[in-house]
Parts: sequence; structure tokens; C-alpha cells
Amino acid sequence: MNKKDLLLTAAVLVLAGIFAAVFCLQPHKKPVMVTATVDGEVYGAWDLSADLEVDIDTEYGHNHLSIRDGSAQITEADCPDGLCMHQGTVREGGEMNVCLPHHLIVEVLTEGDESYDGLSQ
Amino acid sequence: MTDSRNDRSRLLLSEDATIGRTVAYCGVLTALAMIFSYVETLIPINFGVPGVKLGLANLVVLSGLYYLRPAQVLAISAARIVLTGFLFGNGVSILYSLAGGLLSFCVMLLLRKAGGFSPAGVSVAGGVSHNIGQLLIAMLVLRTVHLAWYLPVLLVSGAVTGLLMGLLTGRILKALRVPY
Repeated sequence: MNKKDLLLTAAVLVLAGIFAAVFCLQPHKKPVMVTATVDGEVYGAWDLSADLEVDIDTEYGHNHLSIRDGSAQITEADCPDGLCMHQGTVREGGEMNVCLPHHLIVEVLTEGDESYDGLSQ
Repeated sequence: MTDSRNDRSRLLLSEDATIGRTVAYCGVLTALAMIFSYVETLIPINFGVPGVKLGLANLVVLSGLYYLRPAQVLAISAARIVLTGFLFGNGVSILYSLAGGLLSFCVMLLLRKAGGFSPAGVSVAGGVSHNIGQLLIAMLVLRTVHLAWYLPVLLVSGAVTGLLMGLLTGRILKALRVPY
């Protein structure tokens, strides 16, 4: 561990801090919808304020999404690693759960989100 | 002292090593890296973010950069990724591992050759670039840039695990009496 190592490590951490700050300082918008995207294509979009149980079945496999109390969570999945079920609930705009084996992203959209505008048309 | 050091590094792998010796060494180290990959799957740490892991197999790759030729290290790393991918993962997971493994190999080799960094620094760069490589592949596969949200977490985790593995590699090289 020398000076150059420390500088490099510090630079990475500072960079991470800057990115985190930029992402967090974006204006807070009201979360309205939760969408499921597979391979970049919208699979479905649901009202975040509703109480829903949704099955997401694609060529890659099965995931089950529970929406309740303004938050969403993947509660069942037949993917090999099961990581998507351990990512907790999503409730704020931009928060997401990812299931890499099934190419699936579950994401919270806010008013004015580009994809939300696209969906409501 | 200098003599014993020379003897020791010849014992590891010298320039004039026979092909048989080279293949045997690379095979043993590939097996070691595979065991590290397996051990890592047994560690029940879950940070809730895909891609955050210890990177034990990098111990073999990183230390290899100090006493093997780059092509040999690359062969070991690629063989480890493909073999563990078939054993414990699937086609997609091999893609992610290859992206991370190749990018971090290139970055670590560059920093190793550039000089001035100890194994810890080289490893930090390796850990961070590994995670960036995986994130880029994830963006391509899932076709979204929104995954950039994970960037801060992946940068920090790459630096922390990279630092840990780098310090450990320093110890390993000391034990092997490989100069760095």
C-alpha cells in the first residue's frame, strides 16, 4: 500500500460520491407507476397505489411481482440465483429491482418520466 | 538471500520453462482459481445488488501478473471463467464474467506495467474495472442506461473488495518470495 495506491482508491471513492450526489440531488417527483421491462421492451405497467399480484412470464422464466402499500417487490422467481427476491421493495422514483438471468427490470416511474409519458399515450 | 530468491522464482516458472511445466502450472492455478470461485458461492453475503462479490479468484490472476507471462494469466483467467460458468452458472453469467474478467485483466496489466502501484492499487483498479465491465454488459443485455444508478455502489464495492484482495495478494507474493 503506497501513496499512489491511496490516491487511486481515494479518486474512485470521490468519483462514486459525486455520482451518488448527482443521482440523489435530482428533484424528487411523486412515484406513480411500476413497470416491468424485458430486453428493453415494456412487459407491463401498473399503478403503484393499487394492491396487485402480477405474474411475469417470459421466454426466460417466471417472476412474481407483489404491489401493495405504494411499493413493489419480486416475491417469487425461478431464476438460478434468486438475487431479484433479495433486493427488497422499490417505492421511490428510479428505484429498481433487476433479475439479470431473466433480463427483467422492475422500475418505479414518476410523473414526467419519458417512459411514463410513452405509456400513457 | 538473492540466490534463494532466484531459486524460488525459478521454481515457480522461469523464462526457459518447458511446455509441459508451463501447462502443468497453468492447470494447477486454473484449478485453484475455480476452487476460489466455488468457495465464493458458499459465502452467504448478499448486498442486494447484483455483481457485488469478493473476487477471490482474482488472487490467482493478480499474483500471476507478478510471476507469469501475461498470456498465461489471461489463459488461466479465461479458462476459469468458462469452466466455472458451465459448472455453476449459465450462458448469460459467462458473458458477464468474461466482460468483467477481460476488462480488469487489461487494466491490471497496464497498471502493473506502468509501475508505481503496489498489488493493492493494481487490485483496486481491477475490482473497479471488473464491475464497470459487468455493468456495461448489463446495460447492453437489458437495453437500458438506467442501470447507471448502480454505478456508485459498484465503484465503492469494487474498490473495497479490490483493496482486500490486493493486500492479500501482497502477502501471497511475500510468501512466494516474488519481488514486486
